[in-house]
Amino acid sequence: MQKVYIITGSSKGIGKELVLYYLSQGNIVSGCSRSDSTIEHENYRHHSLDVSNETDVVKMVRATKREFKRVDVLINNAGIASMNHFLTTSFSSVQNIFSTNFFGTFLFSREVAKIMMRQKHGRIVNFTTVAAALKLEGEAIYGASKAAVENLTQTTAKELASFNITVNAIGPTPVETDLIKSVPKDKIKALLDKQAIKRFGTFEDIKNVIDFYLADESTFVTGQVIYLGGVNS
Amino acid sequence: MQIKIEKIIVEALVELSDELEDESLLKASKETRLYGASSSLDSLALVSLIADIEDRISEEFEIDIVIADEKAMSAKTSPFRDVESLTNYINEQLS
Repeated sequence: MQKVYIITGSSKGIGKELVLYYLSQGNIVSGCSRSDSTIEHENYRHHSLDVSNETDVVKMVRATKREFKRVDVLINNAGIASMNHFLTTSFSSVQNIFSTNFFGTFLFSREVAKIMMRQKHGRIVNFTTVAAALKLEGEAIYGASKAAVENLTQTTAKELASFNITVNAIGPTPVETDLIKSVPKDKIKALLDKQAIKRFGTFEDIKNVIDFYLADESTFVTGQVIYLGGVNS
Repeated sequence: MQIKIEKIIVEALVELSDELEDESLLKASKETRLYGASSSLDSLALVSLIADIEDRISEEFEIDIVIADEKAMSAKTSPFRDVESLTNYINEQLS
């Protein structure tokens, strides 16, 4: 059955792959990024916005609802990373990271859950990271913003359960995308060495976990965080 | 505008009456209490009502508002008291 998806951070990397994958299954996808659309497809709608801008997020979610009458799935993929010793981290950098990673996830979850609550059905998937579980040096702020996302996931899972909405999170290992291009190679290697399975993650690994969360059979799966690569919190 | 907003709120309450199996909401008017001891709505029903009203406002006026904003939550007199106070609050937001 055709479903309506909202996927944030859809212009590149994992977000774009996810959009193309769900479009290829015949679904409708509404995506967003700060930049213009990089996807041309009859079932795709793009919104250029900052995920921490409340007014723009509300507009996008309601426009999606107005056009397609429902929203079945929200994937809060938009995220930014930054490596820095916390002693040399600027306050504006902390604000930027929290704005995209946490405030963006909050705003989209709140607005989409209002629609899902009324339709008595919905799946929300948030993005965390193994960096939150591993408490990696140099990733204090990134890890903290994603730890906030994990807590939000677990609490909203409880608050939304009675409306038949599940909320789960996936914690990928590093994947070779733009997000990690500025991270030194030795740091990445040290991170991979902390995983049970010491390799980069792939889009297929991520898609597999998200598909599990979204499967029709997964109605009893909520408030969970799955890390890839054999990482535990 | 004021009348249209009140109509939207009353319609949302009537729809909610079915869900809550509360027939008193079928006779909702501007005096109907939304919050507090004399209201028949619990907190979840109020959340559901607010989401429903936002959606109806969006459909009717093509204006996207968030009713439970900072101002609403910190107001000395809650706009969620009754239908009339909520109508006035939304009217202010829209104008």
